[in-house]
Amino acid sequence: MLTAEQTNRWLERFAEKIEANKDYLSELDGIIGDGDHGNNMARGIEEMRKKLQAADPANGSEVLKNASVALLSKIGGAAGPLYGTALLEMSKQMTEADDLSAVVKAGLDGVQKRGKAEEGEKTMVDVFAPVYRELEAGNLTVEAVEDAVEATRELKATKGRASYLGERSIGELDPGAVSIGYLFISLIEEGLTDV
Amino acid sequence: MSDIGIIISSHVADLAHGVYRMLKEAAPEVSITYAGGTDDDDIGSSFEKIQAAIEANESSHCLAFYDLGSAKMTMEMAIDMSDKKIELMDVSFIEGAYTAASLLSGGATYNNVMEQLAPLNIK
Repeated sequence: MLTAEQTNRWLERFAEKIEANKDYLSELDGIIGDGDHGNNMARGIEEMRKKLQAADPANGSEVLKNASVALLSKIGGAAGPLYGTALLEMSKQMTEADDLSAVVKAGLDGVQKRGKAEEGEKTMVDVFAPVYRELEAGNLTVEAVEDAVEATRELKATKGRASYLGERSIGELDPGAVSIGYLFISLIEEGLTDV
Repeated sequence: MSDIGIIISSHVADLAHGVYRMLKEAAPEVSITYAGGTDDDDIGSSFEKIQAAIEANESSHCLAFYDLGSAKMTMEMAIDMSDKKIELMDVSFIEGAYTAASLLSGGATYNNVMEQLAPLNIK
């Protein structure tokens, strides 16, 4: 399973992507939501970095747990409890399983339970679920993640604030799907999907 | 004092405080606590504020009322981590909370409160 050093590298790359795309995420959210996803994520990431730098974790599970608490406390929007739950459930599963796809599945189950979302509702679940399936099949690539993110464009939102827009949400990417996409692309880019 | 308390969670600090004031007038002896906005009082939810509202409530059994998505999900996480019995009410925010406060103040039973809240279930 991922070591503390590997998990730190994964989350640091994720943090860099969120920072680099902060305005883009808020812009996407401005179209179909309340326009704060980029700023909220950036605030959470800043706290996560502080926590991770100050910590002396024994393993990857502890790193994810520390990150979970930081994101939960500081994001401030719906992404807070969703990312908080995803990372916390992955952290718990890491102590039990030796299989990364089982870890991602635990995160996915947690997010679905927390947000009561199914696939096809234009949420982060529409990236999380295919990522789990590809990972389990041993096929997870950056392209597969990007395709899953892009596929949210044609979906009509039925969960979250974008659902108030109904048909008008079609044609735009879901900001939560984009940001969770960065999390999994970071995992692949750090070469951690087959450790 | 009623055995059951009330917790309010809103995206906006002023809104949470406003609902608190409204309820308190109808139910001065019910323990009511509230959390609104982010840590910086921006619009959103604060896990710490919600956790503090749960801890500060004098009752160990509370009904929780929320406005929108993240106020609910953040409350759920705080409930998971609390030893208190807290029931998240999927009813209209202000009408539901006000109804519960008035009934509890009048000495209504738990079952009675639940009966009266049932038609307000809209979420």
